[in-house]
Amino acid sequence: MAFKIIASQCTQCGACEFECPSGAIKFKGETYVIDPKKCTECEGTFETQQCASVCPVSKTCVPA
Amino acid sequence: MDSAVWEKIKDHPCFSEEAHHYFARMHVAVAPACNIQCNYCNRKYDCANESRPGVVSERLTPDQALRKVIGVANEVPQLSVLGIAGPGDACYDWKNTKATFQRVAKEIGDIKLCISTNGLALPDRVAELAEMNVDHVTITINMVDPRIGAKIYPWIFYGNRRYTGVEAATILHERQMSGLEMLTARGILTKINSVMIPGVNDEHLIEVNKWVKERGAFLHNVMPLISDPAHGTHYGLSGQRGPKAMELKALQDRLEGGAKLMRHCRQCRADAVGLLGEDRGQEFTLDRLPDKVTYDASKRETYRAVVARERGDRLAAKSEALGMVKTAGSGKSLLVAVATKGGGRINEHFGHAKEFQVYEASPKGISFVGHRKVEQYCLGGRAEDKSLDGVISTLEGVDIVLCARIGNCPEDRLKEGGIRATEAYGYDYIETAIGALYAAEFGSEPLAATA
Ligand code: SF4
Ligand code: SF4
Ligand code: SF4
Repeated sequence: MAFKIIASQCTQCGACEFECPSGAIKFKGETYVIDPKKCTECEGTFETQQCASVCPVSKTCVPA
Repeated sequence: MDSAVWEKIKDHPCFSEEAHHYFARMHVAVAPACNIQCNYCNRKYDCANESRPGVVSERLTPDQALRKVIGVANEVPQLSVLGIAGPGDACYDWKNTKATFQRVAKEIGDIKLCISTNGLALPDRVAELAEMNVDHVTITINMVDPRIGAKIYPWIFYGNRRYTGVEAATILHERQMSGLEMLTARGILTKINSVMIPGVNDEHLIEVNKWVKERGAFLHNVMPLISDPAHGTHYGLSGQRGPKAMELKALQDRLEGGAKLMRHCRQCRADAVGLLGEDRGQEFTLDRLPDKVTYDASKRETYRAVVARERGDRLAAKSEALGMVKTAGSGKSLLVAVATKGGGRINEHFGHAKEFQVYEASPKGISFVGHRKVEQYCLGGRAEDKSLDGVISTLEGVDIVLCARIGNCPEDRLKEGGIRATEAYGYDYIETAIGALYAAEFGSEPLAATA
């Protein structure tokens, strides 16, 4: 159970990084990536996945 | 204008039309994250040749931004303002904004700090903005009616969830109004940017102007929507058109009497450097900056002394010129385009001008009405005939062009297009030249024609 970022669509804005309640998102090299071990899909913390809700590009933060 | 306000705007090229002849701004793109989506924005897009809000070539960390600001301050003596103006929202991406401002303020104490925001996160930041002496804030407000807002903003992210439609626009609207009121209460000057979207909010902006005036906005800047399918924005792709220059002017004229209008906006890139109307950003990209920079105040200080002197002179010249226009006793008005590279003087060659500043002289006085961008006619010493046609059509309605130099050939071509041009007032103050010109054209005792 984790989300991932479609790197080719990411604008590198970083909004997902600071909204993620699990600290699962980091900037690596050229793009943001989600650490599947840390991602909780925001369960128990928020109603919706924060990364997907704040991402400006549709279908960029998606279930892995 | 009271003197406390003048003190705040006299070095700020965006908040004062007069100051824009002397002072330069720079923007650093340190806050790319955004909490709303606007239909005129595509945050995926980035192009070095595009000049419009939101576009940048380089995103910076606060440390890189500090290096760049010092690099520019050492080389560009006109620099007076550091702004954070997108892409993204400076109040939402607050950690980066704050770190940048704190670092720069520590090194360059007299630089003015300025931010642009969509307003959603603004109320949460007002106290800290005031603490950091940020005394110029721009809020983009395109509506006060959420039903119209719903056509401009597909969604917002607020309180950890995404909202859409009228609900989203209602939250945004309430946050914008309370942010504006909070800034006014603290004496922070605000400029309201509104994007004019024909058929969506053009008529509505009259209402917006009233609302922001009531809440103490200092300036209202109505800008034309830029929509080109190539930019990939929702509006660009859906065929929403932007307004024509004359439609924009007509709306601005209808807003006279409400909140004061800004007419010298250039819709700059979010990483622009230099005087308004000029972009030297490419000279100061990170790879061109030394690794270690130390701030050297000398150039900026010398320049400030020169400006203080020039400014006094120009003010005196201006009031004399106004006298000339008034005593000419003519009811007529004259539209004048000026080629200038700053300092309030006619000091640019016709062929080198990337824009002309347009002034209107009439019995009411001499006023700045806007600028018109043109394609440079002389590129690398070669004159381009095609671009001259473009310049002529851009200058439609203008009676006379004032420049430092112009060749015979373009002068003749302009004349065929019904526009006179002259270098007779080269290096004069703009107002002095226009005053003399007006008197020569319409004065009861015709002066020797210089044109
Ligand atoms: S789904 Fe939630 S926990 Fe997982 S990366 Fe996105 S914001 Fe973080
Ligand atoms: S919010 Fe979306 S576009 Fe922005 S960094 Fe995260 S994945 Fe990329
Ligand atoms: S607020 Fe600025 S960055 Fe955010 S979507 Fe609108 S125009 Fe783009």
